[in-house]
Amino acid sequence: MKVFLMYRDQDFDAARELPPTADALTQDLEMNTLLRAMAAEDQFLYTIVEKALLSSLHNPNAIRYRQEILRDCLENEDVIRKLYQLTIETGQQQKRGWLGIFSSYPSGILNSAVQMLDLFVTQLRQLRALADEHASRFQSEGLKRFFAMLAQELDDDYFALLDAHLKTLRFRNGVLLSACLGQGNEGTNILLHRPRGDRWLWLRQLLAGATTSSGFSVHPRDEHGARALSDLRDRGLNLVANAAAQSADHIKSFFQTLRIELAFYVGCLNLREQLVRLGGPIAFPVPAACGERKHTFTGLYDVCLALTVGGRVVGSDMNADAKELILITGANQGGKSTFLRSIGLAQLMMQCGLFVPAESFSASCCNGLFTHFRREEDSSMESGKLDEELGRTSEIVSLVTKDSLVLFNESFAATNEKEGAEIASQIVSALLERGIKVFFVTHMYGFARSFYDQDRQNALFLRAERQADGTRTYRMIEGTPLQTSYGPDLYERVFGTRIQH
Amino acid sequence: MAFGSMLCGVAGEQYVPERADPPPFFLDLNLDQVVDAITLAKEEYDLRPILYHQLSDVHTIHYRQAVMRDLENPCLLEHVRAFAEGMIVVRRYLQLVDKLRFAHHQHGWFLEAVLAYCENVVSLVEALRRTDLRSRGFREFREYLGGYAEGSYFRSLAEEATRLKAALSSIRYTIGIKGFHVSVGKYNDEPDYSAEVEQTFAKFRQGAVKDYRSNLRAASGMNHVEAQILDCVAKLYPDIFSGLSSFDEYYRGRFVDGAIRTFDREIQFYVAYLEFIAPIKQAGLEFCYPEITTRKNIHSHQGFDIALAHKLVAENSTVVCNDFYLEGGERVLVISGPNQGGKTTFARAFGQLHYLATIGYPVPGSKARLFLHDRILTHFEREENIRNLRGKLQDDLVRIHRALEQSTPNSILIMNEIFSSTTLQDAILLGKNVMSRIQELDCFCVWVTFVDELASMSKTVSMVSTVNPENPVLRTYKILRRPADGLAYALSIADRHHVTYEQILERVKP
Repeated sequence: MKVFLMYRDQDFDAARELPPTADALTQDLEMNTLLRAMAAEDQFLYTIVEKALLSSLHNPNAIRYRQEILRDCLENEDVIRKLYQLTIETGQQQKRGWLGIFSSYPSGILNSAVQMLDLFVTQLRQLRALADEHASRFQSEGLKRFFAMLAQELDDDYFALLDAHLKTLRFRNGVLLSACLGQGNEGTNILLHRPRGDRWLWLRQLLAGATTSSGFSVHPRDEHGARALSDLRDRGLNLVANAAAQSADHIKSFFQTLRIELAFYVGCLNLREQLVRLGGPIAFPVPAACGERKHTFTGLYDVCLALTVGGRVVGSDMNADAKELILITGANQGGKSTFLRSIGLAQLMMQCGLFVPAESFSASCCNGLFTHFRREEDSSMESGKLDEELGRTSEIVSLVTKDSLVLFNESFAATNEKEGAEIASQIVSALLERGIKVFFVTHMYGFARSFYDQDRQNALFLRAERQADGTRTYRMIEGTPLQTSYGPDLYERVFGTRIQH
Repeated sequence: MAFGSMLCGVAGEQYVPERADPPPFFLDLNLDQVVDAITLAKEEYDLRPILYHQLSDVHTIHYRQAVMRDLENPCLLEHVRAFAEGMIVVRRYLQLVDKLRFAHHQHGWFLEAVLAYCENVVSLVEALRRTDLRSRGFREFREYLGGYAEGSYFRSLAEEATRLKAALSSIRYTIGIKGFHVSVGKYNDEPDYSAEVEQTFAKFRQGAVKDYRSNLRAASGMNHVEAQILDCVAKLYPDIFSGLSSFDEYYRGRFVDGAIRTFDREIQFYVAYLEFIAPIKQAGLEFCYPEITTRKNIHSHQGFDIALAHKLVAENSTVVCNDFYLEGGERVLVISGPNQGGKTTFARAFGQLHYLATIGYPVPGSKARLFLHDRILTHFEREENIRNLRGKLQDDLVRIHRALEQSTPNSILIMNEIFSSTTLQDAILLGKNVMSRIQELDCFCVWVTFVDELASMSKTVSMVSTVNPENPVLRTYKILRRPADGLAYALSIADRHHVTYEQILERVKP
């Protein structure tokens, strides 16, 4: 019985470590805001959606599998939340009853396992009941399969068989074992048997002194002997205790997996609720394969910014199909960083199966997403800062692969422009040559201009829009790099006087 | 046919070259650390006496180098390792037999020991037969071992043991337990209940879960209940068990061959070193078989301090290699330059290389020609004496005097920062005087000093530790034959982080 709501053919591994890029992504994209909205105060949800967002899928098919399930969830929010509740209750009951396997002796293990199995069988019956009631409302491959599996695997006959075993496992009539002679003639490979035919024939044979068997009795006051005998019995029960305990663990982990995988969708439900309240549009993205170069959207906005300001924010349009380098220059405070963050967030959201904050969105998957943002509050000397930036670049270089996506934000500006431009050109050229897609927000005119002059077919140049009167629209438009970043504008607005040339 | 030793094959030298205590210079050269690391986990072979004994004849050195070269064949090394592990098992079983109380149990473990031994001998014969061996040591041992394994004693030992084991393994018996009653019988195909339970719950399998099987059998052993059960089994199969008991009686205490036992120990002298240097090699550092010369014309390329390398490689740090040569009338390397620049390390490496060469080991470096010396004498500063300055100078002089007394033209002297407790003038004066004694002796010497004047005396060669000219805080740990010529390597920061255009293309595979 597999949950398989996150992948068609595997469980979602909640214990998996976050990728090495996780910290940089979280910081640069300000992901905490998004994660908090999805978690809605639930720490467990937080960790799961964080894992899901940071452990991207790379295959459009796998993404569509989750998208379909998510659509089902958006339609049937009540059932999904009820199922999620059942998984939480199961965990709580187990805790409340102090149920768990703490003994290290097979007889103790067996005892605890049988108690846990008793509880789980009750919960499984409830799960079956939920399935019987609602299964017909679901359309997605994943949820249809899940409900069909419950109906088929947990039928009434099976529950009867479970009950019978739970009774036998108490061994009220002694045990029958068999063994081989192992190294040093020590009994080994001990198995537990169900006696054939006349269940306790062996005992009568013993009493009758039959020739095919022999035996003895341990004196009741021989304490060592009694312990030895119970050790031997334990060795015989070892496998069956293990089987029962592992079964209990498996069912426990079935409920846990169900909880983990539903948590992701519950997180998505929470996010929808918030965005609907803010009036922000959401769209299911159209994913394309890694090697393709698709990147086109309308009305894409920074979901974290929207959640922070608590209202609608300006969205951007872009058509960057077939492009591998997107260079963004232009006005200070023109929304370039916001734009870059929205690119990164949308990519992560798409690649975990979520909807994206846009009117429409279509993009190829990337093999890995990397961000290299200028860290502003850095009190160290400028040279130390460049050192730090290049150190982070090196970390990216050590992880990046073909068809990855790297977002640079004002990188390498911590030195004079000529040197910074040279370093940036070398890095970007090499990354492009290795089939890595690059977004680069920069003030370095020389750097942007040199790529513009190369007349590359695969490069797109965007500018933060600035109207003739100097006001900013926070939209990105296509355009050649301009020599000034309109810093004077900012100066004038802040100082309220004209700048002197 | 008899077999001598893997350590020395020269006619007439039928003793095993060993020495009880470490030579006096071990501590100064950090060779004590090297020996500790080499013998770590090898204590049962008692290798230290072999490692402490320096060889004085080229033939034995060559004999060992040849054995080591053979053993560098990874297949052979693997076989030898497997053999050693097999012998450890044999010994462990035999020790166990002595401790057991119940007869059937003892016989059982004795049989295991014999089986392990036979299997081990047969695999080694097989492995050596398939291996291309060049060294006299290995070839002669192969011949000996082949003859032994073909012999009638070994063959009947192996055959009997195998037959007994097969008979015992065919037995499966049942044990019924109810209350205090136990019954033992022959097994009659009763179904496995654990499997039934497992099967019933199989559908919930979710991937790896905890293994609840208790490790109920921590050590081998048998209590009286198990012994009684075994007695019952023996009654069910009387022929098999009486055969086992006579086997034990006949072979106990005498089935392991003496020459094989010696081989087992001596070969570890080689294995231990190969295991010790393996991680260092893996880090990209080279080892070579030095040419051993009796002429005063030596060199080493890409040598390094093996004790330091052992430590640095474990920490994933970089090891810096250095070259040296002394030719013609050159005898003394005078090492000066900034502190912490690797001068002491260089001096140690010089001594280590020479010592390792004379016990027959390959040495750090890509190429080396080393001197067949009679002894190494070292004089390193002793920190604990700093409190009493006059005492320290006196101590320095006494020790140097003693060292010079013991030296011959074929000795190697290594001196590290002596006379640091006196004035510069004194240090120059004393230094020059000691230097002329060394010049008279005509022996090789490495002298780490802050007294630059010594570097310009005859027979000396000046080498200096160097720093990064752009950033004097950075040490290169390179010791060069000339003074630093100010040749700057202008590393851009990007280059240091390996993110220039070429470096990225190199690092990111297409």
